[in-house]
Amino acid sequence: MSEVMVDARSVRKSYGSVEVLSGITLKVEQGEVLCIIGPSGSGKSTFLRCLNHLESINGGRIYVNGELMGYRQVGNVLYEMKSKDIAKARQGIGMVFQRFNLFPHLTALQNIIEAPMGVAGMNADDAKALGLQLLEQVGLADKGDHYPSQLSGGQQQRVAIARALAMKPKLMLFDEPTSALDPELVGDVLDVMKNLAKAGMTMIVVTHEMGFAKEVADRVVFIDKGQIVEVGTPKQVLDNPQEARTKAFLNKVL
Amino acid sequence: MPKAQDIDYGDDVVAVPLRHPWRWISGALATALLLNFIYSVVSAKSIQHEIVLKFLFDHRILEGAAVTVMVTVVCMTIGAVLATLLAIMKLSVNPLLRWLATGFIEFFRGTPLLLQIVFWGYLGIIFPELFLGVPFTDIVFVRGETSDIIPAIVAGIIALSLNEAAYSAEIVRAGILAVDQGQTEAAKSLGMSSKYTMRRIVLPQAMRVIIPPMGNEFIGMLKNTSLLQMIAVAELYTQASTISSANLAQIELLIVSGFWYLLMTSILGFPQRALEKKYGRGFETVGGRAAPRAFKVGRRL
Repeated sequence: MSEVMVDARSVRKSYGSVEVLSGITLKVEQGEVLCIIGPSGSGKSTFLRCLNHLESINGGRIYVNGELMGYRQVGNVLYEMKSKDIAKARQGIGMVFQRFNLFPHLTALQNIIEAPMGVAGMNADDAKALGLQLLEQVGLADKGDHYPSQLSGGQQQRVAIARALAMKPKLMLFDEPTSALDPELVGDVLDVMKNLAKAGMTMIVVTHEMGFAKEVADRVVFIDKGQIVEVGTPKQVLDNPQEARTKAFLNKVL
Repeated sequence: MPKAQDIDYGDDVVAVPLRHPWRWISGALATALLLNFIYSVVSAKSIQHEIVLKFLFDHRILEGAAVTVMVTVVCMTIGAVLATLLAIMKLSVNPLLRWLATGFIEFFRGTPLLLQIVFWGYLGIIFPELFLGVPFTDIVFVRGETSDIIPAIVAGIIALSLNEAAYSAEIVRAGILAVDQGQTEAAKSLGMSSKYTMRRIVLPQAMRVIIPPMGNEFIGMLKNTSLLQMIAVAELYTQASTISSANLAQIELLIVSGFWYLLMTSILGFPQRALEKKYGRGFETVGGRAAPRAFKVGRRL
């Protein structure tokens, strides 16, 4: 049996009186690629953001790589960790955003090496070597000196992936990584993600790319109204959904 | 007689842009008024030009200008640091810090600068002695006369710095708010602490928005140092008015000091442009997408 990377137990999250996550329980194993699909407002992005504690939770527990994420448990109460400790825990979790969120005042290479140097304390030569190697890995070896504004959306997103990988994460979170891209640029980004999956990275991907989910995902989760409606292999969930809500959603998007 | 549209010119036609005669007329009028003004100043019998020339490079005037520059730079530096602190306090989740910052800003923006300067200048009357010790006990580490600890120039620097901090705090806050929330999230997701994120990610981007209004503040500060004449700080305007109270050439010395103020404020534009260029790197974009090439070139032209 392989190791569990993410273990979410009855995760609940509310904004005021609106409950966006109503008890999500989900395990993700090491090396697994999990795609989360669902209508907008279903809570799928919120769940992803809870995994690295960009959002606090109101109930339940999230373990990442065996560690309780963002909280200390004393008895049956969870106390939120100090921001310094949360920052440390986040280093092991890479995240890629829908809007890329590259640092616009830094070049592609500087974007990648900022955290390894400033947070992990890597020296400049090692960081630069790592940065160039990662740029190579995402197919942008010649773009290191470009500012994000000089790159296409697809190139920016690949730099963002390289930036997340630079902290050597054990888990990668993707929040609709191709939704903001022009259609002809989607392929390059998905290719990088496929290679990452092949290399054994544990990945949780919130996506609308059903083709990618079918091809790469080990499991697909359909979330609606803050609950998991259906989990299974891509074949089970996408080709032969059992739940009416899943069927209705897939009818709309396919 | 055939109508114009009935005659066949083929495709051999010329497009004429709209003429703007009023632009020329108003421009000529404004130029004439300006020349007239310059002429009347130059030819005015009541202005003794040789006195202007005599004092333009007088050592007291030059020393005064040096004090003005020194006070301006010191006050802007202190003011900018305090302003950043106040802006961060005002954006804090801690309500007490927010209120304190808001109160500070309200107080120093809401009272006249001149009043504040005179207040700091008269501090020795309110508190003749200053001491550093443990409150409510007899333990005192340092004790001294207020006028020794805070000479006029220090009082002036305190007054201008605190006032500047209050104004610039809002500029810095606007700059920080102008940085997309996604930047902070990306920084967090990489394990950066909030301090590190502020210093390396948010503030460098905020600078782009902060610098143009801070350039204004710098110019305002340079001119406001003249208010320190009220507490007898030997800056440019004080020097000029000391001279003119002796030789009664008020207008001439106003022209002399005005010349130096104008020269100094004009020079300030250069470092501002350099800073704008530095912090503008990587920002030739609209809304996170690479701008089309033609647009970028068009903006540079």
